[in-house]
This record gives sequence, C-alpha cells and structure tokens, in this order.
Amino acid sequence: MVRFFSALGAPLLAFTQYLGELVLLAADTFRSIFTHRLRWKLFLNQVVEVGLLSQLVVIITGAFTGAVFSAQTFFQFNKLGMGSAVGAVVSVSLCRELAPVLTALMVAGRVGAAMSAEIGTMKVTEQIDALRALAVYPVDYLVVPRVLAMMVSMPLLVAECIAVGIAAGYLVAIFMLDINGTYYMANMVRWTRSRDIIMGLSKAFCFGILIVFISCQKGLATREGAVGVGRATTEAVVNASLAVLICNFFLTMMFNIIYPAGYQ
Amino acid sequence: MIEAPPSPKTSAKLPLLSDDSSPMIAVRSLQKKIGQQEILRGVDLQIGSGETLAIIGRSGGGKSVLLKHMVGLMEPDSGEICIQGQNIIGMNERQLGAIRKKVGILFQGGALFDSMTVEDNIAFPLREAGERDRKLLRSKVSEMLEVMEMEGQEDKMPESLSGGMKKRVGLARAIIRRPLCVLYDEPTAGLDPVVADSINRLIRRLQQRFGMTSVVVTHDMKSAFDVADRIAYLHEGRIYFNGTANQLQQSNDPLIQDFLLGRSNGGGY
Repeated sequence: MVRFFSALGAPLLAFTQYLGELVLLAADTFRSIFTHRLRWKLFLNQVVEVGLLSQLVVIITGAFTGAVFSAQTFFQFNKLGMGSAVGAVVSVSLCRELAPVLTALMVAGRVGAAMSAEIGTMKVTEQIDALRALAVYPVDYLVVPRVLAMMVSMPLLVAECIAVGIAAGYLVAIFMLDINGTYYMANMVRWTRSRDIIMGLSKAFCFGILIVFISCQKGLATREGAVGVGRATTEAVVNASLAVLICNFFLTMMFNIIYPAGYQ
Repeated sequence: MIEAPPSPKTSAKLPLLSDDSSPMIAVRSLQKKIGQQEILRGVDLQIGSGETLAIIGRSGGGKSVLLKHMVGLMEPDSGEICIQGQNIIGMNERQLGAIRKKVGILFQGGALFDSMTVEDNIAFPLREAGERDRKLLRSKVSEMLEVMEMEGQEDKMPESLSGGMKKRVGLARAIIRRPLCVLYDEPTAGLDPVVADSINRLIRRLQQRFGMTSVVVTHDMKSAFDVADRIAYLHEGRIYFNGTANQLQQSNDPLIQDFLLGRSNGGGY
C-alpha cells in the first residue's frame, strides 16, 4: 500500500512542479510585457512564423473538416428530412468546436514543435547562457515575442479556418449533396450567432496561450543534448494537444453558463 | 593550497591588486554540488584588476563550473562571489544584468546564435543596448573583425565557420562593449596547435590593447603559460596551487608534476 502511494506520489509531485513552472513562466512573461521594452522585430518575425506560414495547414484543415462534416451531417439529417439544416449545423459546429480545436492541434504540431525545438537547441548549445551572459533576459527575448505573436495569430487562423470550412461545406452541399443553396445559406445565417464566433475566437486565444507556454517551457527546460531536444519537442506537442482538448471541455461548459443553451 | 614551496595547506598568495586594493573578482568559500557530486568544496580566489589568471585542472574538475559562477550563470550552495566588491550571490537575473555588462564570457564552443550572421552576432550586444545607427554598428563590427583577423566574414553563418573562427566571433561578441573582465572557457579546446597559438596571441593582444582582466580556464598548459600572469590549479574542488607560471614549473609537488607532465598514474596518488 505504501509502495502504491509512493509510486503515485512521485509523478504527482513532478506534475505539480511542472504546472508550477508553467505558471511562473506565464507570470514572468506577462510582467515582462508590461514592464520592459518589446522587441517588435522579433514579434513580427514570429507573426510570420506562426501566422503566415501556417496558412496552408489551416486552409486544408478547415476545408476538409467543413467538407466532411457537411457530408456526414447531411447523411444523418436527410433521413429526418432536415437536409437543409446542414448549413446551420456545420457553421455553428465549426465556430464553436471544430475550427478552434483542430486549428489548435495543427498549430501545436507545427508551431509548438518548432518553438520547443528551437529554444531547446539553443539551451543545449549554450546560446541561452550566452543571452544571459550578454545581459539579455531569455524570457524577454524568446518567450514574449512568441506569446504576443500567438495571441494575435491564433484568433485570425481560427477565423480563417471557420471561413474556409463554411465555404467548403457549402460547396460540398450544393454540388455533391444536391442541397438547396438558398435554404442552406438562410438557415446558416439564421442560426449562427455572434456568440458562436465569440466562443470560437476566445477558445482560439486560450489555446494559443496554452500552446506557446507549454512549448517554450519545454524548450527552456531541455537537457541532455539531441535526445533531450527530441524528447522536449515530443512532450511539448503531446502536452499542448492534451491541454487543448481538456481546456476545450471546460471552456465549453463555461461558455454554456455565459450563453446558456436556448438563449436567443 | 600550493604557493611556493609546495604545501597543500599554504594560504593563498595575494593577487596583483589595483591601486584601490580591491580585487576585480573575489571568490570566497565557494561550494557547489551537482546531484550527489561535490564539484566545488570551498574555493577561495582573488583576481586583481588587469591581471590574467589561468585556472588549470583535470577534466571534470569543476573549472567551467567555477567560471560560470563568476558571471552568475550558476548559483552556489554556499560562498560568495564579489565583482568589484559587489556580492552577486542572491541577485536575480535582472539585477545581474548590470554586472554582466562588466564581465564578458567566451564559451567553449563559442555559443554563437545560429540564426544570425557573424555581423549580427557581434553587433548583438550593441543592438540590445539600444544602438540603431547601422553605419556605426557596421564600423564597430569591422573593427572587431580586424582585431580577430577575420576581415570580410560579416555575412557568414555560424554553421560555415571553423571551430577557431567560431571562438573568434564569440570573443568579438563578448568584448565589443569593452567589458572590464573577460572569462575564457577552454579557448583552445579542439583546436590544432597553430590555431590555438593564434587564440593565445589574441588573448594577449586584448590584454595589452584594452587592459582587460582575464580569467582563462584551460587544461592546455602551453596556453596557460603563454597568456597567464598567474596560474591557479583547481584540484578536488579546491585551489591547490596559486602562483606564477615559474613557481608552478619549479614545484616539486607530485600532483602538480603529474599534471604538467601528463602522467595518469603518478606519485601523487
């Protein structure tokens, strides 16, 4: 019994320590944003890395998610004679869930991995020590630009994913499923509210914060050379993805309190 | 600790001190454990302004760990490190910024920022200090490259540089803001004898030209004899010898003789 609790205790302590490190990094970063100068050039570089270079991934994700969801929804709804409601279902689902979560998972894999790998490599090659020795605080130089870029880029990427997904869903509905385009659009516009878009973009913002802090923390904590960098990168992607999925549930429940179901 | 004649328990020889008698760097009773291993077991050392001290010792003996403590990259378990009389132990990263502007460090592999060109690497400290004038930056970088005998290499990326060139660029970056003191972590490690000699000459030139205090961590005895005013031998976490190169060479201590002659099973054990 004692052995069981000892075995449980060590990972629990390690997890608690990990959460603590994430919180401390976040606190340090936000303190730095408000009290020290921002490196705008680095920020813009990161906006390009995070936002601009994620376009293709987000467009493909949005397009095929919208397309398949449109098809799957039609296959079930048509049995009930509600084929024209596909547009509304696709649109609301994309806004609230599919676009933010899938975009976040793709960004975690692409951008999160890159961030943790880059910072981790800098750590094991003493470049972070070199920054510190040159009186440059690593959080100011490495983390702040990435956080700001993610805060700006993620909502835009999710908005793009929603738009592309709705467009793809529409095209599939009209040209492959023979749904009446007028009814499709009318229902979509009628049942998609501003709160759905607010939920989606808010989730995007939160997911972006999670991804960037988890990835940066893993990079800064990297040890043991190339193996350590590989491990840090993998853990960053996995942890960020899990965090997105878990956080998504709680955000959904929270938004349901703010905007209860049935609210007009 | 060895002075002259050899004796493990002799107290430290007084270093060359500046006119105001305060050492540039003072290390007192420094102790550091990494994991279960005691790396530093009470290091006492003083480095005077303008002098060059070589810290020698066996591989894994804690020389680089000691060096990193001097610029606040590591924190000891106990002890003090004073830079110009100011104790840096307990300072947070932001407070250490002012200290680190006085002390440059050359890392063993150069630690160049691999996403930046040679020019951007060398100009980095100036840009971070707020300098935006591109002409001025370029001229200062050119001046540094001239000192390092690397003219025309501004646009190269670190991956295309040789080991010796990386160290030169790292050194240029460390000294471009004219720190009062420069720390060298194994500056000749991994270099062929000719390139190593050029690095030694470079260190000497910087001392003469800019009057910088230097601390050179090395196990390259030729390098130590070439550049150092004084040599400290770090053994089992403590300063075992502290004196001039002549005193070191004339020492009859078996441990020192084994190290100088490169004997692995000598009379000292």
